[in-house]
Amino acid sequence: MTQDRQNPAFYALLTVLILMAIGPILMMLITSLKLNVDIMSDTSGLIFMPTIRNYETALCDMLWYEPAHVDRCDPTFGRALVNSLIISIISTALTLIIGTMAAYALVRFRFMGRDTVSLTTLMMRMVPPAVLLVPVFGIWTFQFGIDGTRAGIILIYVAMNLPFVIWILQSFIVQVPIQLEEAARMDGAGPFQVFFLVVLPLIKPGLAAASIFTFRIAWNEFLLANALADRSTRTVPVTIVNSLTEFEIDWGVIMATGMLLAIPPILFTLVASRQIITGMTAGAVKG
Amino acid sequence: MKTALANRMTPYLFLAPAGIVLVAALLYPIGYMIYASFLDWNPSQRIGEADWIGLRNYTNLLGDAAFRESFWVTIKFAAIVVTLEMVLGVGLALLLDRNLRGMSILRTLFILPMMIAPIVVGLMWRYMYHPTVGIFNRTLENIGLPTVPWLSDGGWAFTSIIIADVWQWTPFIFILSLAALQSLPQSAIEASRIDGASAWQTILYVKLPLMMPVLIVTALLRLIDAFKVLEVILVLTNGGPGLSTEILSLRIARTASEFRELGVAAAMSNFLLILLLVLTVAMYLYGKAAELRAARLRAAAEEAA
Repeated sequence: MTQDRQNPAFYALLTVLILMAIGPILMMLITSLKLNVDIMSDTSGLIFMPTIRNYETALCDMLWYEPAHVDRCDPTFGRALVNSLIISIISTALTLIIGTMAAYALVRFRFMGRDTVSLTTLMMRMVPPAVLLVPVFGIWTFQFGIDGTRAGIILIYVAMNLPFVIWILQSFIVQVPIQLEEAARMDGAGPFQVFFLVVLPLIKPGLAAASIFTFRIAWNEFLLANALADRSTRTVPVTIVNSLTEFEIDWGVIMATGMLLAIPPILFTLVASRQIITGMTAGAVKG
Repeated sequence: MKTALANRMTPYLFLAPAGIVLVAALLYPIGYMIYASFLDWNPSQRIGEADWIGLRNYTNLLGDAAFRESFWVTIKFAAIVVTLEMVLGVGLALLLDRNLRGMSILRTLFILPMMIAPIVVGLMWRYMYHPTVGIFNRTLENIGLPTVPWLSDGGWAFTSIIIADVWQWTPFIFILSLAALQSLPQSAIEASRIDGASAWQTILYVKLPLMMPVLIVTALLRLIDAFKVLEVILVLTNGGPGLSTEILSLRIARTASEFRELGVAAAMSNFLLILLLVLTVAMYLYGKAAELRAARLRAAAEEAA
């Protein structure tokens, strides 16, 4: 399509909308680069010396040098960052593997209609994490004995994300021409070879969308992680909320931790916004 | 013979892991919760030691003014945010559905509020609402207006959480309605232009009716999600002041973790679940009905041709 000449008012509106969308995020970034003296001073605004001190305080036990201004290093955040990374990466990988296999079986061997799957997905999407709080806490603690472990948190994230992943991958697998698979089978490939060597490479865009959605939920989730984690397995969202309940909030450091938590989703968005929009619209437009 | 058996077993092998995880970690907990809602249970007990009290959790809840208040706050919050976001999102989509340079930048940046953690969204807004250093009060002060108790007054706190939610989720409606607009049949829009329809008439009589199925699904999806909002409010107000912003999800979480009454929390969860179930089924049935109607129309068109 060619770019028509449009009324400049539309560009003004566009600029305002963009500013409104990223304004709060920019403000968090700016605050995280300020010293508390600057944050609390009356002269607000953009005139200040940017500093990475807040980031040094948050990440103090992961740095290769000892920042001069940190008296007592608090390793909580560094540990939480490691936990968050491990938990979200493993749960994303597991969800994708299990989900792709299930989606493939549902499409190719058709023993459950697509309607059943859509309905189940919808039902699962409906369940709020708050509803899972009580039973998951009870079962994980008293029956499975995996409370306070990373494995316990990973298990519930995989379960929460599976329906959506299966559902979205189905729509990609349907588009893989069955002739390709038949040709591979003629050449003597077994069902697993067909799946891993023929189908998987063809649905890469779907896998990208699904993995971003799964990672985002695992990375951002607070409520269940808060109920299941103990001191050593806390994730970043849990530590942020914990530090907010303290009497004196250290805004500089807390904004730095918030920024660190926001960076991975921001990067994904900038790199793969097209896939994300596809995944989002598929969730509603084809409902 | 052996390969034939292997082939026959394949679908089950492929499905088994997903089935096991879903049953063990999703269906079982939900069943467990329904059972637990009939118990008087605190977190230090095993579930077997808890006393069976029948429907008492439910009857107590129905008689509990705080729970009713919280239920009402939830409904009010969901209704207001969905209405505001639909109006703003669809309006912006209709306004900006043209060849503008920079649209793709807007679309990319507009997803950001939905992608970053709700905890962080709460954090950013809590800072902006800060009584002395927050940008809103600072601006008000600079232009000589009285400052506003954004989070410390009941009515204002409710407004504040609505503003934050509208900021976070209007882009969702915008992106979906823009996608719907751009997939509309161009022929219908051109036909209306040839017939001399004004821009307003095109929107009212052609675009909106054609978008309606997507819009209804979008609104319902957003409504379901609005009942799940928890983290932003937790960080902003933790339900206060009083009960003015304590939506149901938050009340469930607090009943379980602060008041340590798991049975009551489970009963509340069931109320919420039933509410959402009704919404979801409505949405599914609507989708089915729309599909059937489309099929009938197509069949009629083919017959006529």
